[in-house]
Amino acid sequence: MFGFVDYIVKNFSEILILTGEHLTIVFISLFIAILIGIPAGILITNNEKAAKKVISLANIFMTMPSIALFGLMMPILSPLGYGLGMVPAVSALVLYNQLPIIRNTYVALKNIPRPILHAGRGIGLSNTSLLLQLKIPLALPYIISGIRNAAVMNIGIASIACYIGAGGLGVLIQQGINRLNYDMVIAGGVLVSLLAILMDLVLNYVEKKMTPEGIRTQKQKRGA
Amino acid sequence: MNMAFKKFLGVFYGLLLIAVGYLLSQIGFFEFFMDPWEREDYIIKLYEHFELVLYSMSLAIITGVGCGILFSRERFKRFAPYAEYIAGLGQTIPTLAILALSMSLFGIGKTTAIFTLFVISIIPILRNTLVGLKEISPSLIDAAEGLGLRKRDILLKIELPNAMPIIITGIRVAFVINIGTAALGYLIGAGGLGEVIFTGIQVQETNRLLAGCLPVIFSALFIDYLLDILSLVLIPKGLQLQHSSTEGT
Repeated sequence: MFGFVDYIVKNFSEILILTGEHLTIVFISLFIAILIGIPAGILITNNEKAAKKVISLANIFMTMPSIALFGLMMPILSPLGYGLGMVPAVSALVLYNQLPIIRNTYVALKNIPRPILHAGRGIGLSNTSLLLQLKIPLALPYIISGIRNAAVMNIGIASIACYIGAGGLGVLIQQGINRLNYDMVIAGGVLVSLLAILMDLVLNYVEKKMTPEGIRTQKQKRGA
Repeated sequence: MNMAFKKFLGVFYGLLLIAVGYLLSQIGFFEFFMDPWEREDYIIKLYEHFELVLYSMSLAIITGVGCGILFSRERFKRFAPYAEYIAGLGQTIPTLAILALSMSLFGIGKTTAIFTLFVISIIPILRNTLVGLKEISPSLIDAAEGLGLRKRDILLKIELPNAMPIIITGIRVAFVINIGTAALGYLIGAGGLGEVIFTGIQVQETNRLLAGCLPVIFSALFIDYLLDILSLVLIPKGLQLQHSSTEGT
């Protein structure tokens, strides 16, 4: 049962490399997705029609099964020479991440209470500074929770990406199943799960830290 | 202006469809289906795929909603936070990891795949049932008790209809994840469309790859759409307005 611990200890350096690959895929795609998603979420707050369209489009990407989207990415990207490897994996993950990031940004910005916005106007803030100094700090915890969802999801889907040659911890599961080496399979499964849980905890902590002092609930204040 | 734009959009979609069809025929996508051997094999795979999905999903809906109701009763209420915590934790664990772990416990085969899919899809259903039943305002139940409804009637006529929007969302999420993960069932020897997809990746044959991917994608989108419509039927009229208005904001 605990043979997988032996396996991890014996192959520690290789597992470290695989973890590095896994995190590289996750963070590159998360970074690109944030760069696209947050501005898009901010832009659509003023336009309800566009918002509905963008969010339902993102929802369609979210609904597509991951291995099928990887499969769809391959023929699209292979004429450019990127059919296998990290590029289709990252581009599929970026598409997946759009929904949690855009939706959370949009909903958070929409749900800021009117009186606060009026107060901001009243002290003479311009549109830009209203956005930067008031709306975004207030919406930040919710936006980060969207990023957290996206990051946890990325870790799960990146483990499937090994089948299109992107590497990562999924390799342990893939090779383990092919060789019927159960220690390897369990090691891969446990490590990927731990990575996802760890990511969830870390970003949860960040979310709490980033919450502005004024809108923290009593419990959070005591906890911090 | 707006009407002209809409008409243009229709033409645009039509052209897009024709272009996609032309591209598919260029790479031999339709010839793939013309081959009688391939077609026979393909239909078996399609059947296997939906067999996996339907068995695991019906088990998961029955167990998930049942457990959710059980944990919201007075007698088992103290277990509800634990169940919710476990479901929350389960949602962070990647599907491939669940597949790998259950394969190392139960070996390869169809039963393991159905068990894995069951575990994966029970998590959102259980979680949403728990949340949905918990968030009903106590005053509604008080009112029902005041009317003299029995416990069972309160459950069937007040609690479940009120929780229905959230439960259906859970089932929707579970169904979509289930269809996608069933494609991974091939890895542990359960067959299904995954076999077509993974073979397509390994031999780099685009039309085989697409023949595997497109039904998986479209069935996921279709089920999502279907449950969206089903929710209009199952959610009581009085709640629908409130539901759509909260979703809109």
